[in-house]
Amino acid sequence: MKKVGLLTALLVLGFSCVAFAADGDPKSAAVQFFLWSAIAAGLAIAIAAHGCGIGQGMAVRGAVEGIARNPEASGKVTVTMLIGLAMIESLSIYALVVALILIYANPISSAISAFVGLPK
Amino acid sequence: MEHPILFINLLLDKLGVHVPAQPHSLAGYLVQPHVTYTWIVMLLLIVLGALAANSVKMVPKGGQNFFEMVITGIEDFMIGITGEEGRFMFPLIASLGFFILCSNYLGVIPGFYSPTANLNTTLACALIVVVMTHVLGVKFHGIKYVKHFMGPVWWLVPLIMPIEIVGHLSRILSLSIRLFGNVFGEELVLAILFFLAGLYLAPVPMMFLGLFTGFIQAFIFCLLSMMYFAGAIEHAH
Repeated sequence: MKKVGLLTALLVLGFSCVAFAADGDPKSAAVQFFLWSAIAAGLAIAIAAHGCGIGQGMAVRGAVEGIARNPEASGKVTVTMLIGLAMIESLSIYALVVALILIYANPISSAISAFVGLPK
Repeated sequence: MEHPILFINLLLDKLGVHVPAQPHSLAGYLVQPHVTYTWIVMLLLIVLGALAANSVKMVPKGGQNFFEMVITGIEDFMIGITGEEGRFMFPLIASLGFFILCSNYLGVIPGFYSPTANLNTTLACALIVVVMTHVLGVKFHGIKYVKHFMGPVWWLVPLIMPIEIVGHLSRILSLSIRLFGNVFGEELVLAILFFLAGLYLAPVPMMFLGLFTGFIQAFIFCLLSMMYFAGAIEHAH
């Protein structure tokens, strides 16, 4: 939670630096790194959830059509559908892990913090 | 990220052992939550197994009946995928499955932490499975195991071989990150909901979802391991 507070403060600084980018130009440009990485993390999850929703909807559609056609096979169809859903979901999980790396475990963030003069 | 309040960390603080957030020595690593809660899972599984196999009767009833149903169910499912030659791999798959299931469910309890919510644990499980795949391939086929990495025709080998090797390496990544992402994401959502609206019992629906995804992820891990083993045991194209 301390990291989230720090990131929010940096975002406010970043936005104000975009508006008043007059003095200390390399440092304000460097702080925008945190701004853009936060935007990238949010967009990663949004786009991944978008694609995952469409894919899982198509998987469930196939499963429901199969059950409607042949109600006796509903056990096997349901198990196969759940396996397929977990596979599709794992793609969205990869995007979540990238977003978490961007926000919490970014390898460049300590170098940029040191350059700008903020605590790590 | 800081961990929420954990019972074992409080216990260790009472005993005078400090749990560092960033460990720097072996002792620092040994008291990390993902290690100490792995011991809890080990204890739980050993006690459960000892209870189930305590007095084995010819006509089972009670706990022994339940466990026999579960174990034979998993074993039949596995033989259906790998064939009869894969039967000796069943203890590894079942142990991994029970370990991951117990670890996933341990994190739903407030005050406890899933060992699988840490990338180290899931990477260890994935490495075991992938190394075992290659060991199985060499054991069943000897040096001819290399034919698994060549495509159907001999003149496509310079194209197919790097793709197959990268595919095998990506199995490690996908197995570990899928399990880690699901369990850690679940724990993160629970922590944030608790922080936002804890008094209104907001995390409780997410805990039900956590039970569901915990079971599914353990099942998927075992299913993929069985399929990788089956792919190594069977003959190439």
